[in-house]
Amino acid sequence: MQDHRFGFRTRALHAGTPPDPTTGARAMPLYLSSSFVFDSTEHAAELFALRTYGNIYSRIGNPTVAAFEERMASLEGGIGAVAFASGLAAQLAAILCVAQAGDHLVASAGLYGGTVTQFTVTLKRMGIDCTLVPGDDPAALRAAIRDNTKLVYTETIGNPAGNAADLEACAALAHECGLPLFVDNTFASPALCRPIEWGADVVVQSATKFISGHGTVIAGVVVESGRFDWRGGKHPLLATPSPGYHGMNFAETFDEYAFLMRARAEVLRDVGAALSPMSAWLLLQSLETLPLRMKAHVENARVVAEFLRGREEVAWINFAELDDSPYRALAAKYLPDGAGSIFTFGLRGGREAGRAFIEALELWSHLANVGDGKSLVIHPASTTHQQLGDDEMRAGGVSPEMIRLSVGLEDPADLIWDLENGLRAARAVASVGTAAP
Amino acid sequence: MILETVSQRRALLARSRTVAVVGASPDPTRPSYFVFSYLRTKGRFEVTPINPATAAIDGRKAYPSLAAYAAERGAPDIVDVFRRPAETAQVAREAIAVGAPCIWFQYGIATGEAVALADAAGLDVVVDRCLKVESARFDGGLALGGLDSGLITSKRVRPFDAPAR
Repeated sequence: MQDHRFGFRTRALHAGTPPDPTTGARAMPLYLSSSFVFDSTEHAAELFALRTYGNIYSRIGNPTVAAFEERMASLEGGIGAVAFASGLAAQLAAILCVAQAGDHLVASAGLYGGTVTQFTVTLKRMGIDCTLVPGDDPAALRAAIRDNTKLVYTETIGNPAGNAADLEACAALAHECGLPLFVDNTFASPALCRPIEWGADVVVQSATKFISGHGTVIAGVVVESGRFDWRGGKHPLLATPSPGYHGMNFAETFDEYAFLMRARAEVLRDVGAALSPMSAWLLLQSLETLPLRMKAHVENARVVAEFLRGREEVAWINFAELDDSPYRALAAKYLPDGAGSIFTFGLRGGREAGRAFIEALELWSHLANVGDGKSLVIHPASTTHQQLGDDEMRAGGVSPEMIRLSVGLEDPADLIWDLENGLRAARAVASVGTAAP
Repeated sequence: MILETVSQRRALLARSRTVAVVGASPDPTRPSYFVFSYLRTKGRFEVTPINPATAAIDGRKAYPSLAAYAAERGAPDIVDVFRRPAETAQVAREAIAVGAPCIWFQYGIATGEAVALADAAGLDVVVDRCLKVESARFDGGLALGGLDSGLITSKRVRPFDAPAR
C-alpha cells in the first residue's frame, strides 16, 4: 500500500495549512503574538530542552511562520524549513549552521553581488574563508576544496549572468569529498527547479522574489533534504556536543533533522533574524499561485527575449531559454518548464546607452529587486554590483553595458511597447543607431 | 503486517494507549530519552521504560524486561525498540511472547529476521520510523517546528491529543 502523492499545485495551496483545528478557519490565521503561554513549568522545561514541539517566542518559531516553512519544505521536497528575515539572513544562517572561524567554503563565482560581499567581506571577517571559482566546470570547484572546507555553494541560475548550474555534477563532487551542496534557488523558485531532486542538501532562497511575487515583503528561507550524514567527521558543529544545549549532539539526537534543529534552536535563536508572522502570512497567499505565476513569467520572458534578439541595438542576450545560450542544455535538464524570467542583455553604446534606455522606460520599474509580478529593470554595474571591483565584477559575469530584466506578468504587448521607447532612446545616444523601424 | 502508509500509522497511534520503550535511557541527551520524554509529557500515552539497568525514569517505574512488564500490566499496545540490530530479533520474540499487538523499530535497527518474525506472528510492524516524529506528525508538533508533516487535508481535524496539564 502506498500513500497518495499530491501534486505541486495542490501542495502550493494546501501544504502546511489544514483548517485551523481550534476555529475551523480555512485560511491560515495570522498569529501576531510575540510569545506563547506554557501549560506548566514542566512543559516550559521540555520546550526549552527541545524535547517537545511547541511555541515559546516568535524569534524562534511562530505558527504562521511555521505554516510557511512547512509549505516551502513540501514544495522543495525537503523534510523541513526555517524562515528568516531576508534571503541574506537565511544564507548566512545556513552557513553558520555548519561553519565557524577557521573553516572554508567553495562557491561558484557567478553569484549575486550581495552574496559575493557576504562571503568575501563579512564571512571573512568572521574567520570563514571562501574561494570563488570562476567558470562552469564542476571539476574546478573540486580543485578548490581543502581539508577545512565545509560546503560547496552555487546558484541554480546565476545572478545576473544567467548561468545554469550543473546541479547533479556539483552534488556528486561535493558528496565525494564528504561535503554538502548548498544551492540558492531564488531565480528558479521550486516551481521551476527543485535542487534537492538533483542531489542538493540545503536549499536557500530569497523569498522576497518569486515566492512573494508581489514585491511586498523581505524574507528568506532554508530548506534541508534530511539526506546528508553530518557524522562523517567534517561537521563538528552538528555532530559533537553543543555547549549551547547542555552537551547535546544534534546529529545523534535528531538524526536527519539535525541541521534544521540547529538552524532554528541555535542559529536563528542567537542571530535573531526572525521572519515576521505578517510577512509569512503574505507569503502563504503568494505561494498559492506560485506555479501559475511562474508559468506566466516564463511565457512573457520568452516573448520579450525573442523581441530583443531581433533588434540591432542589442549586442547580446544571456538567457538560458534561448537556443543559442551556452546554458541551453543545462537549462533543458534542470529547468524544463523554463529558466525563469530574469535575464540580461547588452546594449550597443555601452554605459550611456544603458542609462538612456532605463530612463526612457515608462512601464518597467527601475529598482533593485527581481521576481515581482511587475516588470523590473536595472543596470547592475551602477547598482547591485557597484561595490565590487572590476575583476570581481567580471568574474561574476557583469559588464558595463549589461541591463537586467525581470519580466513580470503584464500584457506582453505593453512590455514590448515600452522597450521600444527605451531602445529608441538608446539609439539616439549610441552612434551605431540606424536600426530598424 | 508492516505498516507503510501515513493513514496506517495514524490509525495505530489513535488506537494505542500503552507504550513500552525497550532500551529507554535515563541520559537526557540520548534519543531514546527524547522519545520517552516526549510521549510521557504529551499525556496521551502511558509510557514505560524497559531497562534492567535503571529503576525509574522521570518517576516512571522501569521494568527489567517485557515479560516483567506484562506480568504486572499486561501486554503494551506498542513495543518501541531502541536496541542494537543484533538484539532486535530477540526483542521481537519477547514482544510476541507477551502478546503485544505492535512492534515499532526506531531508525536503522531492524534486521530482516526481526521484521519477519513479528510480521509472521501477526503483529503490526513499523520499521525505520521514529515514534516521536510520527506522533508529532499527527499532533501538530512537526508542523509547529516548520517540518513537513506530509499531511494534506481540508477536513477540520481535532488535535490528535490534548496537551499535558
